[in-house]
Amino acid sequence: MHRLGSGIAGGRLAPAEYEQNFSDLHPRFDKHEALVASDRCYFCHDAPCMTACPTEIDIPLFIRQISTANPLGAARTIFSQNILGGMCARVCPTETLCEQACVRNTAEDRPVDIGRLQRYATDIAMEQNRQFFHRAAETGRTIAVVGAGPAGLACAHRLAMNGHSVVVFDAREKAGGLNEYGIATYKAPDNFAQKEVDYLLAIGGIEIRNGMALGRDFSLQDLAADYDAVFIGIGLAGVNGLGIEGEELSGVDDAVDFIAYLRQAQNKADVPIGRRVVVLGGGMTAVDAAVQAKLLGAEEVTICYRRGKEHMNASEYEQDLAASRGVSIRHWLAPKRILGKDGAVAGIELEYTALRDGHLVGTGETGVIAADQIFKAIGQSFKASGLGALSMEKGRIVVDDQCRTSMERVYAGGDCVNRGEDLTVSAVAHGRDAADAIHLAFASAGQPAVAVA
Amino acid sequence: MADLRNNFVGIKSPNPFWLASAPPTDKAYNVERAFKAGWGGVVWKTLGSEGPPVVNVNGPRYGAIWGADRRLLGLNNIELITDRPLQINLQEMKQVKMNWPDRALIASIMVPCVEEEWKAILPLVEETGADGIELNFGCPHGMSERGMGSAVGQVPEYIEMVVRWCKQYSRMPVITKLTPNITDIRNPARAAKRGGTDAVSLINTINSIVSVDLDNFAPVPTVGGKGSHGGYCGPAVKPIALNMVSEIARDPETYGLPISGIGGVTTWRDAAEFLVLGAGNVQVCTAAMTYGFKIVQEMISGLSDWMDEKGHRSLDDITGRAVPNVTDWKYLNLNYVAKAHIDQDACIKCGRCHIACEDTSHQAITSMVNGVRHFEVMEDECVGCNLCVNVCPVENCITMVGLEPGTLDQRTGKIVDPNYANWTTHPNNPMAQVAAE
Repeated sequence: MHRLGSGIAGGRLAPAEYEQNFSDLHPRFDKHEALVASDRCYFCHDAPCMTACPTEIDIPLFIRQISTANPLGAARTIFSQNILGGMCARVCPTETLCEQACVRNTAEDRPVDIGRLQRYATDIAMEQNRQFFHRAAETGRTIAVVGAGPAGLACAHRLAMNGHSVVVFDAREKAGGLNEYGIATYKAPDNFAQKEVDYLLAIGGIEIRNGMALGRDFSLQDLAADYDAVFIGIGLAGVNGLGIEGEELSGVDDAVDFIAYLRQAQNKADVPIGRRVVVLGGGMTAVDAAVQAKLLGAEEVTICYRRGKEHMNASEYEQDLAASRGVSIRHWLAPKRILGKDGAVAGIELEYTALRDGHLVGTGETGVIAADQIFKAIGQSFKASGLGALSMEKGRIVVDDQCRTSMERVYAGGDCVNRGEDLTVSAVAHGRDAADAIHLAFASAGQPAVAVA
Repeated sequence: MADLRNNFVGIKSPNPFWLASAPPTDKAYNVERAFKAGWGGVVWKTLGSEGPPVVNVNGPRYGAIWGADRRLLGLNNIELITDRPLQINLQEMKQVKMNWPDRALIASIMVPCVEEEWKAILPLVEETGADGIELNFGCPHGMSERGMGSAVGQVPEYIEMVVRWCKQYSRMPVITKLTPNITDIRNPARAAKRGGTDAVSLINTINSIVSVDLDNFAPVPTVGGKGSHGGYCGPAVKPIALNMVSEIARDPETYGLPISGIGGVTTWRDAAEFLVLGAGNVQVCTAAMTYGFKIVQEMISGLSDWMDEKGHRSLDDITGRAVPNVTDWKYLNLNYVAKAHIDQDACIKCGRCHIACEDTSHQAITSMVNGVRHFEVMEDECVGCNLCVNVCPVENCITMVGLEPGTLDQRTGKIVDPNYANWTTHPNNPMAQVAAE
């Protein structure tokens, strides 16, 4: 164990510490806890929590089902709107969605624990592999889904329910998308993302082809020709760069790669981490990278964000989580130059910033933070090829409220479209709604020409 | 400080909180603990005839219903009267009374409806120094199958007969405990009074099946696969008890008959409600069985503080104060008009008032105003039913506001009449009495 060794190294902690650090952030409620928490729900009319949920889960109903000792019924309520309700229960920023809308906040400043109650019910159903949905009679239609992330999986499941066949193409080795590769380890331990994929695929009629990349192995045009419809849920594969001196130095890494690598690492002690780590950015990815760097044994972890606390995309809850794990968050600092020594990172020079007339400007004053590893978490961007003439806007695929793109029979959803927030739960809503739209389009196109005499 | 000293048919206790005849008062050990905790008196668990003691089931005796956070709302039991030998109980009662001369100690008795049985047990009880006796005509389970308990309480003639024996063969004050398992509580109360009782106490437990085990298809508590109806008590029965107490308190035939109020008393407020409806004191069981004897301390301080705040100096100042305000429906003022009012600052926007009114009442509460979630009473639809007040999770967020006489009731389009008028004279009433000219 060389906790304080400089440079980037693994094994900074004792094995037990790794286990503790990467265990479940919020262990599941036991039955008693769930009953106490569910008792707090008022069963509101036209409940604000439900309105705040992008997938519009009937939250008052599922909580009432938990309170009446019917967690399986609760799970059915959840899954009927959101088949990835298990992961959403773990990763949704509930503090800015359902729980923010909870009327209990008004009276007591403490919402009903909606996320943890959702996890309670979905975990019980998934552990029993209780399937609530079954395939309708085969329709003979086959739909291609590009991307096995939350949007693609939700779309595939809903299509399968309606009796269609689905082929899902994904560039990575495993299905799950960001659920598998982009979520902090402690938010979904025990291989939950794969278990969820298995649970979802059990409905049948869905084939997943891994290692198949759009633009490399096939084009949108191919799919449009071969399938009855196409759904694109490819997320944001690109990572924004800094464009400053020293970016090429060893020890400057993309936070998303670090998070993915850590997720896939069987032994967390094998994941090397710097002694002093700087994370650039202000979103959930920055927090996930910073917290996990700390959990891997980094001595100092600093998030540097070029704007103020109120501008951070990471929720207050996430910021508090980072602070509680010993991460320092510094605001109004923009990266200026990465300093190196012997080809590796030695530190970062940052410039103080300020808002002047609504514009972010450098003040000219600079400072240096010593670092042996720097993570870039300044945003992901759309990156894809093979889409042909698909209409785009501000680097995202243009869709309407039914997730239809500019091309006939081609739909899209999730982070790659110009609609909704970049959240797992929004992606699920898109995928589900696109599936419904596809089904509806088939139905209206397939009206029988001759009525029964 | 308010004076909480209680004098109930000559039986004195430092406060009006007695423990009812039940498991908490089955033996000296418990009663000593109760007195140490501050209880003003106890009614010792019911004594039976000399001879082999009764036996209880050896499986579960209690079942319950719960509210939010598993707060116990109702308790059901199938326990019988004391299953300890009579002589042991009598010895312990005597000792406890000697140890605690300032507390009330009442003996509850249940023996068959045979004059010799009562004649035999009364002197034994009197010898203990007990302050009085309570006749258990209430237990609805087990003993009633043997012609005792509620089987007596359901037949006014038996009540009168046994009370008469007790007054004849004992100098002790007699409290007759009534069963609620009858259609009109006034009849057994009147019978007890005719027999010469000094007081009545009520209610005993209500016949009930508290729940059913859906795996075994058997009532709870389940004893070897079967269940039996039991006696229901606890907070859930309070409204039934309050009504029965008030019925006796305002009945011309029993008016003034001392009442010991029983049924779901859990807090000082419950006790105060029994007192103002005509009870001279209260008896408690389920609250103690749920929380232990210490709860009497909350009851004492709560009642005392409330009395101080309101300027009531003694229990006599409050006992029966609400009785004149209990009336029959037909005498309620039909010219009184109230409307619900929602305090928008207190409203948490749960919408329960709206949906309750919309789905089940009078469609008088908005849910959306100008595209914004907003709950407000539409006075032209509101009949003043008070349902919204009861379903609102925030206390005092919705209140009923009486319209001033002379103002317009937007629902009826009529001016609120300042004069009292009830159903007996209402034009829609075919039986209406013609108003005296």
